[in-house]
Amino acid sequence: MADLLRFRDDEPVDHPAVTVDAYLEQSNAAAVRIEPGDDARALIPHLDGLRLVEVNFPAFTDGRGYSAARILREAGYTGEMRAVGDVLIDQLSAMRRCGFDAFEPDKPLDPEEAKAALATWPQVYQTAADGRAPIWKLRHG
Amino acid sequence: MYKYDQYDQAMVDARVAEFRDQVRRRVEGRITEDQFKPLRLQNGLYLQLHAYMLRVAVPYGTLSSAQMHALADIADKYDRGYGHFTTRQNIQYNWIKLEDTPDILADLAKVEMHAIQTSGNCIRNISSDHYAGATADELIDPRPYAELLRQWSSFHPEFLALPRKFKICVIASEADRAAMKLHDIGIRIVKNDSGEIGAAFYVGGGMGRTPMIAPCINPFVPLDQLVTYCEACLRVYNRYGRRDNKYKARIKILVHELGAAEYTRQVEEEFAHLLTQDIEPPLAELERISTYFASPAFETGLSDDIDRSDPDFALWVDTNTVPHKAPGYVSAVISLKPAGGIPGDASAEQMHLIADLTKQYSFDECRVTHTQNIVLPHVKKADLHALWTSLEAAGLGAANLDRIGDIIACPGLDYCSLANARSIPVAQKISERLSPRSAELGELKVKISGCINACGHHHAGHIGVLGVDKKGVENYQLLLGGSEADDTSLGKITGPGFDEAGIVDAVEKATEVYLAQRTDGERFLDTYRRIGINPFKEALYG
Repeated sequence: MADLLRFRDDEPVDHPAVTVDAYLEQSNAAAVRIEPGDDARALIPHLDGLRLVEVNFPAFTDGRGYSAARILREAGYTGEMRAVGDVLIDQLSAMRRCGFDAFEPDKPLDPEEAKAALATWPQVYQTAADGRAPIWKLRHG
Repeated sequence: MYKYDQYDQAMVDARVAEFRDQVRRRVEGRITEDQFKPLRLQNGLYLQLHAYMLRVAVPYGTLSSAQMHALADIADKYDRGYGHFTTRQNIQYNWIKLEDTPDILADLAKVEMHAIQTSGNCIRNISSDHYAGATADELIDPRPYAELLRQWSSFHPEFLALPRKFKICVIASEADRAAMKLHDIGIRIVKNDSGEIGAAFYVGGGMGRTPMIAPCINPFVPLDQLVTYCEACLRVYNRYGRRDNKYKARIKILVHELGAAEYTRQVEEEFAHLLTQDIEPPLAELERISTYFASPAFETGLSDDIDRSDPDFALWVDTNTVPHKAPGYVSAVISLKPAGGIPGDASAEQMHLIADLTKQYSFDECRVTHTQNIVLPHVKKADLHALWTSLEAAGLGAANLDRIGDIIACPGLDYCSLANARSIPVAQKISERLSPRSAELGELKVKISGCINACGHHHAGHIGVLGVDKKGVENYQLLLGGSEADDTSLGKITGPGFDEAGIVDAVEKATEVYLAQRTDGERFLDTYRRIGINPFKEALYG
């Protein structure tokens, strides 16, 4: 947990995440881990009991986890959304926009570089899961 | 044309700063080449055989005079005095140094340009009709819709690590001058029976090793849902597009494997959900963008007469100008295909001249075509002779639009690390051999790719040439009958391939079959479609 970069005030869940299949069979866990091939929508009927969703990125070039995160945020999930695995500095700003609020990479990130990366965009063009007002909204109110 | 406001400028400036930092971290060894590669690709920087290549975006192919001057300056300052216009309406430079690229991007940002997402597994530059805003046959100028999608697709956080690259095209006429159905998403702006404007979506087209013509998955998406519909198409692709095999990762494979009906069902389901998510900019945003694309102040009462006493000029007018919506005007095409030249190349001096002519004769606007030429969209007929005289003097006066010399060719093995064979020398030889018969042969589109990835659009050529590697030797297959126009079709391979000299002979033989068999007014493609491939095979292999 030492290398967890987290943007939440609540206490982190202290037990390991289970697989989506295991969670769907016996959903008393509070933490689940989504792999790239999992259907995040399968979790939507069970969001109430969830406090931590880990989205695994076995390779940073596989972008399925971005959709998984946004889908769960769009469905109203407000618990922790943690990107784990091959999570790199240069993906942080997009991940944050897709609803991730915690990062636990395989290789630790330099905190200063992470801070700079998250401040990359002065504004944003799109609606996403981070609540930022897109540029078109700034133009038209 | 579109002008950046403070927000657009701030986004592009932020991108330059981000990439400058990424290059610094790469040079310092803080990130690996594997980690850096997708970052540089999404800034247009590609590692070729001999050097880095930088591909600069030309959104929907439209450039101002100042922008064209800036492109010429980059060619002089950072490259070897040349630029190469591409089949995506972009420009690329083939001899770039990694450490120069942040400065090049900063130079581009000063003229509201960038290299964002011109490569990599993301949404690429949006292409459009190179006669947009000038042609009489369009419903409306398609470029505001393309600009709306440019902004939506730039740095889209969910779609920066797609299974594969993703190309979108927007047109607004029945005539297709942008190969719309050969894109991942092709959009045609249409009017429905109630007179409302909307967008027809064609999804899952493409060339490459598995060419497919996109099926129409929705004939009418209302304009105030356009962005949301694109987002739904992309999300289904990002989640379910294949990632196990890069050659099966394009959306065309997903649409093909699911079937268009099932893909559409999934998109519609996602679309219904996304409509509740406040994705769509208001129509006021589209109106804001559209004001930048208002028609220029065309003069009225102009004569349509052209002094045709100079036969060379008359030939150029007949070949390289196309009708315009305003009386007394034409769109003039500057050919970047001199006989025996490198298709799409322009020197810095030529680009500066084109920039000057753009300002002088075409309301400060020019276009890059996907066939690697430049269009001056709004030229007074009365100015044509002066324009042509300037072009001739600079080696830009070739009268060969859509003729045999107007060849599309990819960079091929002269530059590209993916290529199996050279494309440029084959284009040069075909052009040298057959350009003298250009007028007799009429419309004949030749397209050459140096490998199966089909960057030279060989599937869509009336005559296509595909370079392959045959036991270590360059070998060229001949295809006939393709088209990227409204009558989109895919070419068929004639049979065994040829060596470099043999393919030039084979193309010539195909033209001889056409000349012998054609009936009045038939183009090469029409004759081929009427008589089929067999007479050509007999001439080639009999």
